[in-house]
Amino acid sequence: MALFSKQNKEVFTNPLNLDHPILGQVLGICSALAVTSQLKPAIVMGLAVTVITAFANVIISVIRNTIPNRIRIVVQLVVVAALVTIVSQILKAFAYDVSVQLSVYVGLIITNCILMGRLEAFAMQNKPWPSFLDGVGNGLGYAMILVIVGAVRELLGRGSLLGFQIIPDACYDFGYVNNGMMTMPAMALILVGCVIWVHRAYFYKEK
Amino acid sequence: MKLNTNSNSYIIIYSAILVVIVAFLLAFVYQALKPMQDANVALDVKKQILYSLNIRDLDGAEAEAKYAEVVKEEGEKNGQKYYLCDINGEDVLVVSMKGMGLWGGISGYISIHGDETPTVYGAYFNHESETAGLGAEIKDSQAWQEKFIGKKVFVDGTQDVALAVVKDVKDPTTQVDCVTGATLTSNGVNDMIQAGLKDAGKNAVELFMKMMCTAPADSTAAEPKAEEE
Repeated sequence: MALFSKQNKEVFTNPLNLDHPILGQVLGICSALAVTSQLKPAIVMGLAVTVITAFANVIISVIRNTIPNRIRIVVQLVVVAALVTIVSQILKAFAYDVSVQLSVYVGLIITNCILMGRLEAFAMQNKPWPSFLDGVGNGLGYAMILVIVGAVRELLGRGSLLGFQIIPDACYDFGYVNNGMMTMPAMALILVGCVIWVHRAYFYKEK
Repeated sequence: MKLNTNSNSYIIIYSAILVVIVAFLLAFVYQALKPMQDANVALDVKKQILYSLNIRDLDGAEAEAKYAEVVKEEGEKNGQKYYLCDINGEDVLVVSMKGMGLWGGISGYISIHGDETPTVYGAYFNHESETAGLGAEIKDSQAWQEKFIGKKVFVDGTQDVALAVVKDVKDPTTQVDCVTGATLTSNGVNDMIQAGLKDAGKNAVELFMKMMCTAPADSTAAEPKAEEE
């Protein structure tokens, strides 16, 4: 089977549109709400989930035939927990301020429904390469929403993007005020709702 | 060869091997990255001390250089750390403190200057898990931390801590308005300040100098001397 056959392409692109983990299946919402008050942690969180989903998928897919059926969830959890701990340690070593901002949410990737869902639904039945694509696809789908929500919240809530001020001082002089509501998790929920609405209305086609 | 992957012995051996592999892997990663993490934590402490001296927006190397330039001496008493700093020729004492917020630990650095009537030079607070947007403002809101600047630390003529975080500011020379919607976290900051500055004594900078001069190597030996003040 070719590396980028039609099926493999679908495996990669479906989670970006039709089977989008957040928009289509509404999974992994809790961390999407928590880490999106600024763009930078949102990007790092998206990357972390992408890397972890991809590699957990590959590892589980490689050992899928040896995993005893009765403890398969336990095995999946051990693999995911190990990867998450490694990523968290790497963040602490190379991106300390981001790891402080993400705080508990890196650890909570372990219980992210997207991960468990992909491992159980895809990696347990498929070969490593499609599993890898599936993991990357789902991770990027998740990251995409985080980045959209994070960008909107940081722009409107703090007037900046990635920490750089976007809205000029002149606007503040004319009485423009940052929307403090945007820094609250509740607004993330509303924004995710809006994104899902737009997606369903304009992009989503029934198979 | 077809293994029976559902037999009890297979499951036990399988999980044992898996756990051992993962344990070795994690131990290796932890050991390999520990020095870098420690360096990051140390740098973060230095940055926080600089924040409390109103020196913000520095990246890692700049902060390191500035810290070396500004902080002259550091000492420890009763588990609290003190840093004697030199800002444009003036002695400023940074006091580290720890306390309890609403959900977890909070910590902070308050810098004090002035020998006769010590006032706050700057303040920085940190937290582990306060509510984002409410309690977390003690760390995120620079404007709130700047409210501390210029407040008198002690009740005139005594060693009682006057600096406080309160809901209803009666004395604007010593009291700071608490964070809206974060009364419990603010109370935690208040308790932390009261406890943290108690030992700083009246002439804090002078006292610290004595403490350092009597026993530069062993800070605990300086304790009785310090309490006589």
